[in-house]
Amino acid sequence: MRTAVVLSLVGLAMLGLPVVAPTYYVTLMLPFMAYGVVLLGLNLLFGYTGLVSFGHALFIGVGAYTGAVLTTHLHVRHMELILPAAALAAAIVAAPVGALCVRYVKIYFGMLTLAFGMVFYTFLLKFYKLTGGDEGMRMLRPYLLGNGWEGFSKTAYLVGPYYYFSLAVLILATLLMWRIVRSPFGLCLKTIRDNPLKAESLGVSVPRFRWYAFMISAVYAAVGGALLATPTGNVDPTLAYWTHSGNVVFMVLLGGFSSFFGPLLGAFAFIFLQDTVMSVFPYWRLVFGAMLAFIVIFAPSGLMGLFARRRPVETSRA
Amino acid sequence: MTANLVNVLMGGVFHAAILFLVAAGLQVVFGVQKIFNLACGSFYALGAYTGVSAVAYFTGHGGPPALFILPLALGGLAVGLIGVVVERGLLSFVYDRDETFQLLLTFALVLMLEDLIRMTWGTAPVSTGGLYLSYGQARVLGAIVPVYNLIVIAASLAIAVAIGWLLARTAFGRIIRASADNREMAEALGVDMRWIYVRVFTLGTMLGTLGGALVIPATAAMSEMGIELIVEAFAVVVIGGLGSMRGAFVGALVVGVLRSVAISVYPELEMLLIYLIVIAVLLWRPRGLFGAVAA
Repeated sequence: MRTAVVLSLVGLAMLGLPVVAPTYYVTLMLPFMAYGVVLLGLNLLFGYTGLVSFGHALFIGVGAYTGAVLTTHLHVRHMELILPAAALAAAIVAAPVGALCVRYVKIYFGMLTLAFGMVFYTFLLKFYKLTGGDEGMRMLRPYLLGNGWEGFSKTAYLVGPYYYFSLAVLILATLLMWRIVRSPFGLCLKTIRDNPLKAESLGVSVPRFRWYAFMISAVYAAVGGALLATPTGNVDPTLAYWTHSGNVVFMVLLGGFSSFFGPLLGAFAFIFLQDTVMSVFPYWRLVFGAMLAFIVIFAPSGLMGLFARRRPVETSRA
Repeated sequence: MTANLVNVLMGGVFHAAILFLVAAGLQVVFGVQKIFNLACGSFYALGAYTGVSAVAYFTGHGGPPALFILPLALGGLAVGLIGVVVERGLLSFVYDRDETFQLLLTFALVLMLEDLIRMTWGTAPVSTGGLYLSYGQARVLGAIVPVYNLIVIAASLAIAVAIGWLLARTAFGRIIRASADNREMAEALGVDMRWIYVRVFTLGTMLGTLGGALVIPATAAMSEMGIELIVEAFAVVVIGGLGSMRGAFVGALVVGVLRSVAISVYPELEMLLIYLIVIAVLLWRPRGLFGAVAA
């Protein structure tokens, strides 16, 4: 009940934000919503299945580059086509990668995903003719609902139609993920996380379910990556770099991996804190590194842990 | 033709010598503390910058340029003592946690050290200038190789031997191996783990910072050099096997030489080739070529 009230308030605030808030803060909401989609997927793997990927930026990169290739080379400008294409591209990449990675857990899973992420990064960096090398590629302004919004300046486009489009995608992604984690499938994932042996003996095919979770999280990351590319207007290989993977895991932890909405809060806090810190002090990594160390040592349940102190943590991990 | 080949190989071996030092630091820490230290690349960068500053101070105060390798190595080793602070101040809190949190804590270190380096030394690359060739060049099978590279290769080999001796022949080495094998038993027999951890971690850090200091006359220090090196060191330890010193040695040679060959034959392949090997090793032999037990 309380969750429903909070959510409706947040939803209303986000609907009204472009009307009341300064343009600058509205544009900051765009990466938040894009990362929100990425993190919902990542947390299916991290919080719900217990696998920490250090190569998730690979799929953010796949999504972003799909958008860039479609808009600049193939003249496909409709976002309604770009997002499914990004999802499809990620699924095609994630099927073999995931099948190989989910054979391992813990640190070996992390290392294998990191290695795959770096393969894609070096591919983007070195195959200049295909990918534009370190300069990357332009992501042209996509059409939304079949409309090019030509009369809008770049900013007006971003804080108007694009904002609401991203919001709609985020809400859909959230609802869908909510269904996924509440479904029998979601319960199986939690069982696998807490006790893989028991899950196996109950007839749950552990590698198969891990693989499904990997695929879903990759698709989410690619959709988020495609959303992320438009405000920047450019995609480059750093999107797929291992530190970017580290940063998205950081965001999940910041919000709280053991809660459904934790990752969304984490994305929000990360984007806005980064902006605040950078405006007063150019070395944001120093501040964020210290913050991450603090969270790891003293507050492993993240920001959500501060709100949910009294209730037992639903998904504590050994 | 041979001259060209020798040139490529010597370049690869020089790189391997540096990689070995960093990877050895990573291995000793992983072997004993079971922490995969992402920050070992940052220590390497820190050593590089400190080396540049130490050499600049030395030559600025009238030190003979021919002896620049002394302040370089000393500076690199001295800054490695930061390992004591890092271990006591951060890592000691998370030994009983899930390894994910340990990994993320070292990632926090990566972030902090990268900006600390930018704050201290700025964003422009720094180097030791022309000192690199002050030991002259030598002819090896028709190829011209800087003598400095040969010194570094020799130093790295000497360190490899010294580590082998330390682990196999000394009381401290036996305690390290025992703790790596069975922490509870070692503790029950009276080993003070705090004492072991702080020393092992500092040793690992010093290997990394020394590696950074030694590489720097041949190149220039940049703030991203740490996060770039960690993925190479990572490849080395995966290929060689996590926790194994012999693995670090062979892995460093494989990565160093292959990279050098790939750059001269087909530059696009460079690191791509290395990562593909890493993936192949992880899939077919997850414990690596020399790893003891699969985790």
